[in-house]
Amino acid sequence: MTLTFIVDALITVIGITTPILLAASGELVVEKSGVINLGVEGMMLAGAIAGFAVTFETGNPWLGVTVAMLSGAAVSLIFAVLVLSLGANQVATGLALTIFGIGISSLIGSNYTGIAIDSLDSPFPAYLAQDSFWRVFFGHSPFVYFAICLVLSIGYFLNQTRAGLVLRAVGENDVSAHSIGYPVIGIRYAAITFGGAVSGVAGADFSMVISPLWAEQMTAGRGWIALALVVFAGWRAGHLLAGAYFFGVLMALELYAKASGFSIFPSQFWAAMPYLIAVIVLAMISSRDGKGVKAPACLGKPFIPNG
Amino acid sequence: MSKFTRREFMASAAAVSTLPLIGASANAAEPLNVAFIYIGPVGDYGWTWAHDKGRKELEAALGAAVKTSYVENVKEDASAIPVLRDLARKGNKLIFATSFGYMDQVMEVAKEFPDVRFEHCTGFKRAANVTTYNSRFHEGRAVTGTIAGKVSKSGVIGYLGSFKIPEVVMGVNAYTLAAQAVNPKIQTKLVMIDSWFDPAKETAATETLANLGCDVVATHTDSPAPLQYCQKKGIFGFGQGADMSKFAPKAQLTAIEDIWGPHYIARAKAMLDGSWKSEDFWDGIKEGDVKISPYNASLPQDAQDAANKIIDGYKAGTYDVFTGPIYDQSGALKVKAGEKMSLGDLATIDWYVQGVQSA
Repeated sequence: MTLTFIVDALITVIGITTPILLAASGELVVEKSGVINLGVEGMMLAGAIAGFAVTFETGNPWLGVTVAMLSGAAVSLIFAVLVLSLGANQVATGLALTIFGIGISSLIGSNYTGIAIDSLDSPFPAYLAQDSFWRVFFGHSPFVYFAICLVLSIGYFLNQTRAGLVLRAVGENDVSAHSIGYPVIGIRYAAITFGGAVSGVAGADFSMVISPLWAEQMTAGRGWIALALVVFAGWRAGHLLAGAYFFGVLMALELYAKASGFSIFPSQFWAAMPYLIAVIVLAMISSRDGKGVKAPACLGKPFIPNG
Repeated sequence: MSKFTRREFMASAAAVSTLPLIGASANAAEPLNVAFIYIGPVGDYGWTWAHDKGRKELEAALGAAVKTSYVENVKEDASAIPVLRDLARKGNKLIFATSFGYMDQVMEVAKEFPDVRFEHCTGFKRAANVTTYNSRFHEGRAVTGTIAGKVSKSGVIGYLGSFKIPEVVMGVNAYTLAAQAVNPKIQTKLVMIDSWFDPAKETAATETLANLGCDVVATHTDSPAPLQYCQKKGIFGFGQGADMSKFAPKAQLTAIEDIWGPHYIARAKAMLDGSWKSEDFWDGIKEGDVKISPYNASLPQDAQDAANKIIDGYKAGTYDVFTGPIYDQSGALKVKAGEKMSLGDLATIDWYVQGVQSA
């Protein structure tokens, strides 16, 4: 168990966790406002192809990330219009959004197979980023640092600011918030667009850092894990940060166990684990008679102002 | 607004939609409709890409005599059955199912459509209208294993597998046996990621293998992501299914290329001249189904020579990596000295050779 081994293992865990953490943070804000957007996978793929294509065409990765953010937001805006202004069912529309995201990213991406770009590496100088010990802090791509800052900022925003309180109020009791005078639909639009933008960045992490190429459906279901993570974290930002790294440790553990020659659980169990845990947590919090943590009360319900 | 009810609209729409059929006449020489189902996207630049390349070669060779189509991302579960049925109903007379997990689905749909011919890749179940075809990829892995044995300084090499099916077990066994012929003390660390295609997980698994001491990693999964990681980390790897050197110019020592075109052309021709019958094809380096990509310029000459010797041995029929003595992980002798494993045994193999560290 040398130091190098621990450092390498931590780097693996952090790399696996980051896109899920990003996507889950965006979805947390959306769900706190009372909307459930199941289209995370689609938005991530839109961001992935946008980030890759723009970086390849212009050679500027920061432009790539920006366009990825805008692409995720644009795709989520389709969802927002359908669900908020046209009253469509949120679950069905979210699923349709996933399929749409897969399709449009594959369509645009068909011109970009067989191409590689340089991965977006650490912004810190080489003597820190490549040092055998300090790289555990300084050797990561900007996405990693952005993800951690984002989750902490979202936690602060939701719990310590007035705007966050308003967002939570909209998610807990939209009719009351409306009667006080807050623009429920407008706030939800903003939340959904934010979630889409962040999911786009999460997707760009795949195509610009983890494996700098484009391959159809390269997010391989991480969007669903992000959704499960939001539930697992009980819709709390601090728990989201811890839960994401917990999921990352589990995923890395599966690989290390197998590579070392022993299996703790059957393979299928590892694949099912994130969703199993989320369902167990959901059952636990639902059974607590109103005490403890609950989902936002208006989650999934369309907003219909009375009168 | 006119009183055009919805019912009337539907009726007139249905009537109008039949108009094109009036114009269609019976074709004199119908092209042979050939369909393919793929497990992944054609853009994976690996397994499916190679099959699609074969499909394109078929179109180029037979021109107007065939009409090909494909369905991507068909899952290896019951959902493949409606896809296959639909293709059969649409008039496809020759259907290629390009992954092991379609085996039972193909057998079931083949019963329902006795006049449609099915070909299942890498499987072992046949019927009067079902052929199996496979490629002796393990010959390619004997080549890459030899190179890995020569190049590895740590004596630990890695193998990124997908599922514990005979094709993968054969692959890691061939890789290990060939490496052991060069360096008897070599160990192979094996990780099965339960997926054919998941670039992020493939990268994480390669990272894990590298962290555990592997300095050469071979992959049995479909994307170039593991090679990209090898390039980043400064270790070596091999392209899988296609020449992936543009993703990893320093890391890719060589690649195993799957060449499916000749088989597809031959089978379509057999359909056209009526000679198609259910068979089991398993061709390799000698027949051109397996091709080894040009070596990386940095590969030392002795490794290149050793690899070429293996290739020549397969072409001449004088070499077989599965020649005994072969021991399994528990130390039991599975193949006696001088004996070769039969293709039938290989097609159903489920044990790893000694030196493979896996669960």
